Amino acid sequence: MSVAEAPGRSDHSGRGSAFSGATAGDELTIVEPLIFERSRPERRAVRFPAASEAARRAATAQPELPASVRRAAAPRLPEVSELELLRHYNRLAHLNHAIDLGFYPLGSCTMKYNPKVNEWSARLPGLAESHPLDPEPLSQGSLELMWLLAELLKEVSGFPAVSLQPAAGAHGELTGLLMARAFHRSNGEGEQRTKVLVPDSAHGTNPATATMVGYQAVTIRSNERGGIDLAELREALGPDVAALMITNPSTLGIFEDQIDQVVAAVREAGAIAYMDGANLNAILGRFRPGHAGFDVMHFNLHKTFSTPHGGGGPGAGPVGVSERLAPFLPTPIPTLVAGDPAVVRANAWAGHSTEGARFALDADRPHSIGKVRSCYGNFGMFVRAYTYIRSNGSEGLRTISNDAVLAANYLRVRLRDAYDLPYDRISKHEVVFSGRRQKREHGVTTLDIAKAILDHGIHPPTIYFPLIVEEALMVEPTETESLETLDTFVEVMEGIAALAASDPAAVKRAPTTTPVGRLDEAAAARRPDLRYAFDGDPAAGAAGTDMPASPAAPSEAPTA
Amino acid sequence: MSYPDDLRYSKEHEWVRVEEGRATIGITSFAADELGDIVFVELPEVGAALSQFGTFGVVESVKAVSDLYAPVSGEVLEVNDALREAPELLNSDPFGEGWIARVALSDPGEAEALMDAEAYAAETG
Amino acid sequence: MTYSPHTEADRARMLEAIGVATVDDLFDDIPPAVRAGGWEVPDPLAEQEVRAELARLAGRNRIPEVSFLGAGVYRHLVPAVVSEVIGRPEFATAYTPYQPEVSQGTLQSIYEFQSLICELTGMEVATASHYDGATATAEAALMACRLTRRHRVAVSAGLSPDYRRVLATYCSGPGVEVVTVPIDLAEDGSGATEPTAAAASLGDDVACLVAAQPNFYGQLEPMAELADAAHAAGALFVAVVEPTSLAMLEAPGAYGADIVAAEGQPLGIPASFGGPYVGLMAARMASVRQMPGRLVGATRDVEGRKGYVLTLQAREQHIRREKAASNICTNQALMALAATTYLAAVGPRGLREVAELSMLQARHTAAAIEAAGLGRRRFTGSYFAEVTMHVPDAARRHAALAERGIVAGHVPGRDEPALRDTLLLAATELTTDADVERLVAALETTR
Repeated sequence: MSVAEAPGRSDHSGRGSAFSGATAGDELTIVEPLIFERSRPERRAVRFPAASEAARRAATAQPELPASVRRAAAPRLPEVSELELLRHYNRLAHLNHAIDLGFYPLGSCTMKYNPKVNEWSARLPGLAESHPLDPEPLSQGSLELMWLLAELLKEVSGFPAVSLQPAAGAHGELTGLLMARAFHRSNGEGEQRTKVLVPDSAHGTNPATATMVGYQAVTIRSNERGGIDLAELREALGPDVAALMITNPSTLGIFEDQIDQVVAAVREAGAIAYMDGANLNAILGRFRPGHAGFDVMHFNLHKTFSTPHGGGGPGAGPVGVSERLAPFLPTPIPTLVAGDPAVVRANAWAGHSTEGARFALDADRPHSIGKVRSCYGNFGMFVRAYTYIRSNGSEGLRTISNDAVLAANYLRVRLRDAYDLPYDRISKHEVVFSGRRQKREHGVTTLDIAKAILDHGIHPPTIYFPLIVEEALMVEPTETESLETLDTFVEVMEGIAALAASDPAAVKRAPTTTPVGRLDEAAAARRPDLRYAFDGDPAAGAAGTDMPASPAAPSEAPTA
Repeated sequence: MSYPDDLRYSKEHEWVRVEEGRATIGITSFAADELGDIVFVELPEVGAALSQFGTFGVVESVKAVSDLYAPVSGEVLEVNDALREAPELLNSDPFGEGWIARVALSDPGEAEALMDAEAYAAETG
Repeated sequence: MTYSPHTEADRARMLEAIGVATVDDLFDDIPPAVRAGGWEVPDPLAEQEVRAELARLAGRNRIPEVSFLGAGVYRHLVPAVVSEVIGRPEFATAYTPYQPEVSQGTLQSIYEFQSLICELTGMEVATASHYDGATATAEAALMACRLTRRHRVAVSAGLSPDYRRVLATYCSGPGVEVVTVPIDLAEDGSGATEPTAAAASLGDDVACLVAAQPNFYGQLEPMAELADAAHAAGALFVAVVEPTSLAMLEAPGAYGADIVAAEGQPLGIPASFGGPYVGLMAARMASVRQMPGRLVGATRDVEGRKGYVLTLQAREQHIRREKAASNICTNQALMALAATTYLAAVGPRGLREVAELSMLQARHTAAAIEAAGLGRRRFTGSYFAEVTMHVPDAARRHAALAERGIVAGHVPGRDEPALRDTLLLAATELTTDADVERLVAALETTR
């Protein structure tokens, strides 16, 4: 492999006249070299001060590192200047699409605007530098923030108890099912209840979670209206069922209009009703699962509550639970130990001081399932979510769902001529189309359509999910996109449908204006190349450059 | 779509070629096409005992994973090691170079009862 | 304050296109019995008001003036350039790179991350990250169970109590039994795992032995011998390591680790009251199909450009569903980017300086406490950058110092009664001589 262009120059404008086309054989055109390829010996960015003589002298009274544990060769980390480093990552950034650049209608992901005041909050040193094991008197602000966020999540969801500990939605699912199992065991039904029911439209994390908790996932079909088949559910419910995991609105973007009967049937069968809260953006202020009989729901703070997706995390997946599951929540829980909760809330909501209130971590929870991660959860995301909820307030939260649902239905009616709509009913915040007509009539698949959308500076909708829709295209505009953006999207989609009919090959060639074209995923999986090979040696283990001289020698002292 | 007529086919899209009490088994072109570019095959162990319609391996493509269901019962005599380095043979030559295993048939009647090429073609539309 | 751009005119246009009179009509399908009524959510706040509220909460925290607290979360320098890079909206507001053509920034940076973790740990493949070190450790243990088809796990008591709790919770899922290997906690003991004690806990039903280097009490463990003991019993060896220590300490791949788990927080991620952090996991290529989590691989595009994609996705939940190795979906990509940028920013010499300074100041602290007659090291044997000191009446004195804004490390006695009257003191490159003097002086006043 060789760098086809002069060092330092890289292509970030996509294709066009800068490119002469394909290169022959094994020579690949490099868009942006790896940081390792920018490394030059002796270059460095950050420096540290030297230790004092007094410190060195004092330290000699203590044991050294024995030779038996010392590293033989220094790790080959990149040696770059700070400017080189920054330019490298800035250029990589230029290769990404992001919400801050353009429309991102990924169904099920809720790619809404990530407000910058949330970032301002998360960076406050008082919050960012707070150590989780600091003595509690030093951490009252952190504990209060977690307590207030939990109070707000309870109000929003209708659940009386909340844990903020899970680090992501799937992690929340794991927590929820572990609690369900603990509940059944406490009733002497742990052995008999071995199954978890999951609709065929479920997100893959649902059955995967069931397996992680030792349950057998059993699929329940959806009916022709896109809701869970109530009759089949009732058939499947029995004394061997531990839980039903259901997403509401469903992954088709459709509200389960028999949800009250669904939950009643589950509870009657002695099972736990789990709601996957990924689609909460559709129902803020309209439906509270805790008041509808659900036992547990996970929130996705990185969806409904605007914390940024970060290219794949961090997120946060708190869970709300019913009274009967509360004893099993992960431990510890930030708790108000001095002060009246109503007074503390009133003061916090009014922006008044809460100085008299005292918070502590309650670890005295004998029936807890234990811990699902270290410390207390992704606190940095709590700060952002709390900022978001306080900014929006009661009115703002209701507006979110109203506008999200309006926007999705708007796209539903405007695109249903160009694309098949398997379930033509009122949607909530997302709508699922099918590319099957384009596939049957012109051989253009949903994948091709998605790649063509990329050429318009728009991220494609979610494709091939849910599994029950052929050639699925799941569109979730969210509430933060303007009408112009929505109208532009409609034009783009109509244009692609027309192009699929008039020139399918053009659609199948897409994308042509992105930094790279379609990538060979089969080769990537067949012959995995998952790390940089130093000196072209794929078996390179810990071999590297010689270690510099021992730290005790003053002549090797690091200089500022 | 027509399939080789010297083979028998199971509903799970596996094929069998019987020669003197031994069977060669693999997956059909229909299955390979449905899966897309195949990237990995988990082969059974030589000596393993297969039972008809039980799982005996896994085939993985870029976008899907599928269990392999034995079309016949018997002991595994040989596996196609070429598939370890070149799983794509299942796409390019599923009935020939892409064979998966050779099995000592414990019950020749089983293969007889499977579909012939015509029936399989009808089954897969 | 809402972020929806829609005016009443916009809404009216949409309603008209949809063919309903009001937005409420779009919620008619919610059964009346379960429609939400009022709620007690406060009114909206304007930007200046919400900033005041967050400042109020931040103000209720007291960041210590002097801190020797580690215990799994370490206060290292977060270089300004690291904050700058992860603040870039193209990284922060992008989604998981399922459409690689517009995600090469994220994908290539993850490939660099995977490469760096392999280099530090001496292993052949590293994942794109897990939630934290504790869940990475738990997933590593379960991975060992899948690889060996055994159902028990032996874990050294040298692992942090938090990690052991999380391991227990994860193992309870598939019913994997956890056996604890004791460490020598006696006064003047090694503070480490004895290989013979480890061997005694192993048997032909134990999938792996899990040990930490350094361990929770700062002590260095005989990792090569523990790896041998595990392998002799047909078990795998899971090494839980501290990433900055890998500048000085032998890479786990070199002493026989089969799987490595770690907490990446020390690599340019602030303490942030417990998260977000980043879990690291690395292993051999031969076990890659049993590894949970995302993997990025290099490939080429249709026109011969080098590019990166999520690969080996058939292991993951969105394809394997109930047969997936793990249910993990969202990971910690932006924190992995912080770690990547940090490692490039400090480079090999900088990481070594961080390790050396941390080790040196920890020794300086221990020596100063001993010289002042305030305490003595609990354990013999060497330590990395955290040390357990026997200090009489430790809990009371720790609380007294905390009131004065000095955090004298962690009090291990809370979780481990045998270590009553000890303090676990950590130092980093940010620990100054003045900090050491203040700690000693403050301890002096609480005799």
